Amino acid sequence: MRLWLNKQRNLLDFSLSSLSRRRGKTLGMLAVYTSIVFLLASVMLFSHAIRREAATVLAKSPEVLVQRMVAGRHDLIPARHLDAIKGIRGVQSAEGRLWGYLFDPAAVANYTLMVPTNPRIEPGKVVIGDGVVRARSADPGDLMSFRAHDGSLVQFKVDHTISRDSALVSADLFLVAEEDFRRLFGIAPGLFTDLAVSVRNPREVIKIAEKIDAALPDTRIILRDEILRTYESVFDWREGMLLVLLAGSILAFAIFSWEKASGLSAEERREIGILKAVGWETGDVIRLKMLEGLVVSLSAFLVGYLLAYAHVFHFGAGLFEPVLKGWAVLYPKYKLTPFVDELQVATLFFFTVFPYTIATVVPIWRAAIVDPDTVMR
Amino acid sequence: MIFQPAIIALLLASLVGTMMVTASLPFAVRVLRFWDTASGSESQLEMEKRTYLVSTLLVVVLLSELASLILFVFNADRMSSLFVGAMCAVGTLNVNEFGFPTLYLKIIVFFAASAWLVLNHVDSRGFDYPLVRVKYGALMILAPLMAVAAGVQLAYFLGLRADVIASCCSTLFSGATQVTSDKLAAIAPEASLAGLVAALGLVMVAGRRALATGKGAVVFALLSLVAFAMAMEAVVAAISVYVYELPHHHCPFCILKGEYGHVGYALYLPLFAAAALGLGGGIAQPAARIQSLAEAAPRIMRRCVGSSMAGFGLFGAVTVWLIWRSHLILIEPERLLFFLPGGQP
Repeated sequence: MRLWLNKQRNLLDFSLSSLSRRRGKTLGMLAVYTSIVFLLASVMLFSHAIRREAATVLAKSPEVLVQRMVAGRHDLIPARHLDAIKGIRGVQSAEGRLWGYLFDPAAVANYTLMVPTNPRIEPGKVVIGDGVVRARSADPGDLMSFRAHDGSLVQFKVDHTISRDSALVSADLFLVAEEDFRRLFGIAPGLFTDLAVSVRNPREVIKIAEKIDAALPDTRIILRDEILRTYESVFDWREGMLLVLLAGSILAFAIFSWEKASGLSAEERREIGILKAVGWETGDVIRLKMLEGLVVSLSAFLVGYLLAYAHVFHFGAGLFEPVLKGWAVLYPKYKLTPFVDELQVATLFFFTVFPYTIATVVPIWRAAIVDPDTVMR
Repeated sequence: MIFQPAIIALLLASLVGTMMVTASLPFAVRVLRFWDTASGSESQLEMEKRTYLVSTLLVVVLLSELASLILFVFNADRMSSLFVGAMCAVGTLNVNEFGFPTLYLKIIVFFAASAWLVLNHVDSRGFDYPLVRVKYGALMILAPLMAVAAGVQLAYFLGLRADVIASCCSTLFSGATQVTSDKLAAIAPEASLAGLVAALGLVMVAGRRALATGKGAVVFALLSLVAFAMAMEAVVAAISVYVYELPHHHCPFCILKGEYGHVGYALYLPLFAAAALGLGGGIAQPAARIQSLAEAAPRIMRRCVGSSMAGFGLFGAVTVWLIWRSHLILIEPERLLFFLPGGQP
């Protein structure tokens, strides 16, 4: 065992010194390799972090949402549906929610209007998110007015703003009182946008959803788990799409490493020839070259991954943000929570080290089978 | 659901691997037909050189095959959140009929690949390529196996459909019912643990004999496969139950999860390694009859058998530790009084 370890150590020593003898070539290879790892790792880290962000946000949302469907489209739901739902055993609470979107011509942006129930907002006042503050440069005490559904003006006084900590969900929020909401859109009392139902026992959620479905056939029921699943697969899909698009660069990288590995200088060929002349076998030379590849691979992987980590979590992933996140006028400014996932690292390893190793096997073999007499002549 | 990073990686690995192995088949045929170390012809020399390429390629491919087995299970577990009713890898693998066959095929490929690697290693110790025909003959079996595994895996991933919100109505009533209980779980924990103890004991006895006399490694290999099967069965029937401390939870995958401290890896890694090495011992022993391997093959065999015994020993130790620290009493203490003072109260 000791002997074996010593042998590997000497081999590693030798390969490191042979790599440092060809500094330019090694550094060039490392640079390309590192940037490939960096590119792929950025995509993966970013989409994983944002997926987690979505999951944490959704963890606090109601278990079941009930929406009324009319002719295949989402419609306002009458308050009497609430009583039917509250009658189902296992339902902890059910309440009507009022929300919608409001286009602001001054900011050329859509706001998300919501009526919070706790704490309530006084009529005529509004609480705005960070994105709205930036778009309208509004401060507490300022007045904002909008045209209601009938053309009349509705005026709001900014009460306070929502802190930036929760910007991911609150950037475009515009919180108003119920009366103002109904006046703005002309929604009669007794109608809600949808109903939020909370269930005490998570294992009963499906049963309760079934009962709601039976009692109120004109509704569609959305479970929190379903929303989570949908987000998950949407982000998976986007990440996968981007990776497939980047497959071209992986292929180019494989070709590049093939070229680099097969373009042996006369110097290197002589080196291998001498090694074989002093008694190295073909297998030993292959092992040496593979070890060199391993050193390059692991350093590039480590450096590339660390760079990607810094890129995503310290510099906001400027390169891929628009593709992975989607785009909007009032986009929140936020920092992602750093998160590294084992599966992701393993996957990345498959995407980079595996193609590199496969691509260099043939050139390495070609180099290793040279006859000493032909190169030393 | 092909556009999922881990799935793309798995498909890439199996595709490249199968292509590489298939591409070396014509060469394997040539070796089987024309190999002749006595000849000094051009083509013989070329073939001798080419064996290095094929061996190196296969080492890389087969190692990736081993890594992809772990990635596959890990990913199956992770994807369970995408399917209604799936709570761990079992649910994900049950989504369509190709899930479990893929896993079984991957395990078979794992053992075949490691057997081939041992064969390759033994062969490389002899100066006159003593096992070259056996090696390339084995490749003829390995190639279709890998192709089938890759195909079934592709079918499995193509058939996966995440349960996402549809625009028309909710999909919640598509409820796939998940059945974890297997025939394996129906075996009584006492019986399965007793079987495991017996199998491990036999393995140890056979291993000691092989180490002492240099004979009986083939028996050891067979026994280690039996012990592997017994151990998997014991994991489902008893060991996992001790970990979860729930008498009716028999899942062999959940023990890999973070909630249980990834303790499954401490069980499976030694077990798989031990079974593969045991198989390797059985392969190395018959090679000792060849003159150029008379010295190397028994040494390799001893090393394989020794490490395999250590692996099984480690598996046994982890099992005992898991049962010991568990708060669950699955078997009435009185029935065990002879040899165990019982678990923690």
